[in-house]
Amino acid sequence: MSHSASPVADAWTPAALQAVIDAHRTRPGAMLPLLHAIQARFGFIPEEAVPRVAEALRHTRAEVHGIISFYHHFRTHPAGRSVIQICRAEACQSVGSRQLEAHAKQALGLDYHQTTPDQEFTLEPVYCLGNCACGPSIRVNDEIHGRMTPEQFDALTDELSATVVEVK
Amino acid sequence: MAVTLYVPRDTTALALGADRVVARLERGARARNVEVDIVRNGSRGLFYLEPLIEVATPEGRVAYGPVTPTQVESLLDAGLLEGRQDHPLALGLTEEIAYLKRQQRLTFSRIGLTDPLSIEDYTSLRGFKGLERALALETQAVVDEVTASGLRGRGGAAFPTGIKWQTVHDQPAGQKYVVCNADEGDSGTFADRLVMECDPFLLIEGMTIAGLAAGADQGYLYLRSEYPLAHAVLDEAIARAVAAGYLGDNILGSGRAFHLEVRLGAGAYICGEETSLLESLEGKRGLVRAKPPLPAIEGLFGRPTVVNNVLSLAAVPFILDQGGQAYADYGLGRSRGTLAIQLAGNVKRGGLVELAFGTSLRELMEGFGGGTRSGRPLKAVQVGGPLGAYLPESQWDQPIDYEGFAAFGGVVGHGGVVMFDDSVDMGEQARFAMEFCSVESCGKCTPCRIGAVRGVEVIDRLRAGESRDKNLALLTDLCDTMVDGSLCAMGGMTPFPVQSVMQHFPDDLTPRQAVTAGGTTC
Ligand SMILES: Cc1cc2nc3c(=O)[nH]c(=O)nc-3n(C[C@H](O)[C@H](O)[C@H](O)COP(=O)(O)O)c2cc1C
Ligand code: SF4
Ligand code: FES
Repeated sequence: MSHSASPVADAWTPAALQAVIDAHRTRPGAMLPLLHAIQARFGFIPEEAVPRVAEALRHTRAEVHGIISFYHHFRTHPAGRSVIQICRAEACQSVGSRQLEAHAKQALGLDYHQTTPDQEFTLEPVYCLGNCACGPSIRVNDEIHGRMTPEQFDALTDELSATVVEVK
Repeated sequence: MAVTLYVPRDTTALALGADRVVARLERGARARNVEVDIVRNGSRGLFYLEPLIEVATPEGRVAYGPVTPTQVESLLDAGLLEGRQDHPLALGLTEEIAYLKRQQRLTFSRIGLTDPLSIEDYTSLRGFKGLERALALETQAVVDEVTASGLRGRGGAAFPTGIKWQTVHDQPAGQKYVVCNADEGDSGTFADRLVMECDPFLLIEGMTIAGLAAGADQGYLYLRSEYPLAHAVLDEAIARAVAAGYLGDNILGSGRAFHLEVRLGAGAYICGEETSLLESLEGKRGLVRAKPPLPAIEGLFGRPTVVNNVLSLAAVPFILDQGGQAYADYGLGRSRGTLAIQLAGNVKRGGLVELAFGTSLRELMEGFGGGTRSGRPLKAVQVGGPLGAYLPESQWDQPIDYEGFAAFGGVVGHGGVVMFDDSVDMGEQARFAMEFCSVESCGKCTPCRIGAVRGVEVIDRLRAGESRDKNLALLTDLCDTMVDGSLCAMGGMTPFPVQSVMQHFPDDLTPRQAVTAGGTTC
């Protein structure tokens, strides 16, 4: 069974960071593609990226910070191996996502935007995954799961804990 | 000869285990020494039947669903590979399934039939015929065809698409853009996703026609980051369209150019608002711009820009191929053509229903949807996304069209229909509307930014039973201020669901014994 393995994040180095920036800086409206590329490669946007991005795109650091914080998708700290997003939007509410959400927080011992101490799970809210006829929906890295019950959630997280070791 | 099977590969089918069904099918066929060719098609949009297996037979495709991986063996034993129909999951000929047969699929005529990434499949079902015709016409004639169709924007505002295209067409020559709004943020909607995952060339064709009509040689598809599969499919489809000469510097040898690129959003609902989207594409925070200037005159990077929803653009190939009149022949009043209704939430038979404007919600929710998934009575339905009102039963018989809905404060929007059974606490839903606005507001104007936070507090006080009359008056005022004082519909329409709860479900705004006020914050 192919649970999307955690996005394999490279440890960032100044040279690797600069290479990502150089690969995207000349595109029109380069800011978002660049930030996406940094996060896709390193798993988050390191603080050290801010002055480099600012310089490459002729922004102030404050502007770059403002842009990163405006968008919920971007994170400035490393995430766990599995990022679990729980859909909080209306269609999923109508089939029990509030209970699922409460269960997930309790089972993982996390509130939203937190990561387990062993770096295994990060919990995030999301507002609709486009699976609204078959909710409650959650997303684990790039995979979406439907009709999620608390029991299935536990089975899924157990399985993820068991497989992370094999991934590498 | 190999048996041809179809198992969908869209997000919902995958979310329900389609890949595991395929693995079992392959294994089971091998064990039986039968050669199978498993096509990963798009979904038909009948989500209550996913994962749906289809088998090609001389009479047509026959279907089985919804199939769990563990049921595959018994299906194979019951003669699935020969198309036998004795198994309890057998559905007969797919085309004869009432839910599908009763639809009027103009935009979604091809989904589920084809391998989404096969240009050959696409062209075998009239794909790129609209583009070929557009290439043979003057640009004005292309715009005229869209105007004649009566098509109005499917992203929410229902603005006539022909007029928008005409405006961009009439701007002096120079750099112009086509931007596809694929931010599909409304809860209860998935029709854009279905187009992108299941028939991506349709959207590419629609955008290319828009580019030809408007005089734009560059298109951007702004896709929400919550749709990783659509992203992968679109990137691959664009690469194949370029390789086959449908995109690029010399479209089908015409000497005319159109380039297309996918750009990812980053989890901000407000970036679905068109000016916020343009700011985001330019690399900024998604702050809403004041209008005028209209994007059609000063849009992306200050240049004239067509901004259209996925479904608006996806309607265009049919219109060019069959003529604007053929599209306008469907519909009701000033709402022409078909609407992609998305049955979602607590629904027994959820999925995509494409029908001419004019059906009632009751027919959709009961006739197609079969009532609630829980089996309990329906209590309320939210149509048109998080900014749409909650409609009580007295409003379910109204025929759906833009003007008719607006007359009673309803919103058709992007066509999402989210059903709730009688266990729903409408006070909690009202609170969520305000909470969502407080999370997603772009922050530019005070009534929206601060009002939504106050709204949550007032609703919490009401639900805790504090000074009922005073707090109801406060909530009424707050809603009025947000409606009147907000720059865009985020702040301007967030009160709609709240007001509808106050009006139709007032009891739910009183304290409940079992429920402690408030949900979770994030
Ligand atoms: C808060 C807000 C969110 C919106 N979200 C979307 C969206 O996700 N997709 C969309 O196509 N239009 C959305 N719209 C409507 C767009 O502003 C715009 O009207 C639309 O993209 C125009 O295309 P159309 O004429 O083809 O509908 C939104 C509007 C608002 C105010
Ligand atoms: S109403 Fe809200 S989202 Fe719209 S411009 Fe004002 S602050 Fe931004
Ligand atoms: S509302 Fe949860 S997937 Fe759409």
